[in-house]
Amino acid sequence: MRRADVEARLRLTPYLLVAPAALWLLVFFLVPLAGQVATSLKSGSLLDGGFFFTWHWQNFADAVTRFGPTFLRSFLYAALATGLSVLMGYPLAYFIVFRGGRYKLLLLFPVVIPFLITYLVRTLSWEALLSDDGPILGSLKFLHLIPEETRILTTATAVVFALAYNFLPFTILPIYVALDRIDRTLLAAAEDLYARPWVTFRKVVFPLSLPGVFAGSLLTFIPSAGDFVNAMMLGSPQNQMIGNVVQARYMNTLDYPLAAATSLILMVSLLLCVALYSRLFGTEELTG
Amino acid sequence: MTESRVLGFVSRHLLTLAAGITTLYLFAPIIIMIVLSFNHVEGRFDFVWHSFSVAAWLDPFAVPGLLDGLMISLPLALVVSLIATVVGTMAAYAQIRYEFWGKGLLDLVLLLTISTPEVIIGSALLNLFVDTGTEMGVPTLVIAHVMFDIAFVAIMVKSRLRTFDITLEHAAMDLGASGWRVFSKITLPVILPSVITAALFAFMLSLDDFIISMFVSGSTVTFPLFVWGEARVAMPPQIYVIGTTMFVVLTGFLVANVIMSRPRGAGAALGAS
Repeated sequence: MRRADVEARLRLTPYLLVAPAALWLLVFFLVPLAGQVATSLKSGSLLDGGFFFTWHWQNFADAVTRFGPTFLRSFLYAALATGLSVLMGYPLAYFIVFRGGRYKLLLLFPVVIPFLITYLVRTLSWEALLSDDGPILGSLKFLHLIPEETRILTTATAVVFALAYNFLPFTILPIYVALDRIDRTLLAAAEDLYARPWVTFRKVVFPLSLPGVFAGSLLTFIPSAGDFVNAMMLGSPQNQMIGNVVQARYMNTLDYPLAAATSLILMVSLLLCVALYSRLFGTEELTG
Repeated sequence: MTESRVLGFVSRHLLTLAAGITTLYLFAPIIIMIVLSFNHVEGRFDFVWHSFSVAAWLDPFAVPGLLDGLMISLPLALVVSLIATVVGTMAAYAQIRYEFWGKGLLDLVLLLTISTPEVIIGSALLNLFVDTGTEMGVPTLVIAHVMFDIAFVAIMVKSRLRTFDITLEHAAMDLGASGWRVFSKITLPVILPSVITAALFAFMLSLDDFIISMFVSGSTVTFPLFVWGEARVAMPPQIYVIGTTMFVVLTGFLVANVIMSRPRGAGAALGAS
């Protein structure tokens, strides 16, 4: 082979390697998103002739006025679920890293359990667990610790707890990695300088674990904000999230333009959150 | 002195307590799932425990449609994970070993695909298929699943390639090995455990996917879609039997994988680092 041929082949190699992935993502991710932008500017209805591209910006105004409260509720639930995940996940990650010793791996197993149960079965289990006469409420009622009419299902509490459960591994694993990376000699140094355990935690451990907390929160917040299954199965119509709106508009009422506009507003607001968040705190943890 | 000791005791046990509560929370649905798989159901099932029975375990496919759902989902996940693993590994290798135009852009798109909520991806794909008049079914499911799996595979394999000792490849090249030979004889055997983990992860994600599948499945009923349909009428304990079986099998794979890639630690084996 001539030297020039070899060099040309070498230059082409990376493009040939990435071509299948790049094409797949272009045709089945970027193009559909662009298509959704086009659909969001259409008007008409399926009954009389279909949708036509008419620069119908009104769809976006309609989406905001009609689903504004639902958007706010989605972000509120997602924020609560994220806060709950960090609150529950941090102590466990800390415990595994600093108290786990040789049982670290074993202790990490519960953390990945949500990955190992089928998504829907997991939600159904929560439904069973939280039901009015289920193991939790049933036994509390049996002991007369709570009034007979207490319920968790079909409330925001059920939706938020189940959301937090779904994405808890995404919160814990980055925190675990961040804590595990901390140089132990720093802790010894703090101790040598007579820092109390609490002070060591506040001034050394916690600040160093923050990148993990930020990465974990993003990885929990984004899928929570877009989820609709938990709200549908565990909530009431008053707990519907923006995902429910998109799902129902696409699958039931077939109002594609409004659904596309709603979906794009969700996407753009999440991207803004991510951009703001990574500008403020940095998200190198995310890109792997 | 005593005061700080009391504080130390309290804080130490508070931590254990908090970690314990979270662990319990993590285990709760799994316990419920296993218990309900042994439920004896009379008539319509509404999450109430009746009595112990192994009937569902002895005849897990008694519910019409359940086996059909699995017979679609399992081969689908197999095909999808094979395609996504090959395509994703190729992209990961190129990204780590070569400089090329669009590398950063590809990174951005990969990150976007995993951070976009599924409902957006699903609805956008539905839009595309409706606009182009594509009939939806198994082929569109393959397209959609491969799409979201590529990023997971690429990111997991990339994180392994970054810690790969590149001097091994240089040595092989110095000895006259071609690019393909270096990859197949040196690189691939070393990164294989990570590639297998990525393939397994891709398989799981496909098998478990509900939201995106719901949009692009047409009239095809995958296992999660079957569960969804059942959940609205009556939940047979057989669904919990399948759920428990999947849990046990996946746990087995996970344990085997952790043991295989032992010195690298759990975070790496779970794709966390």
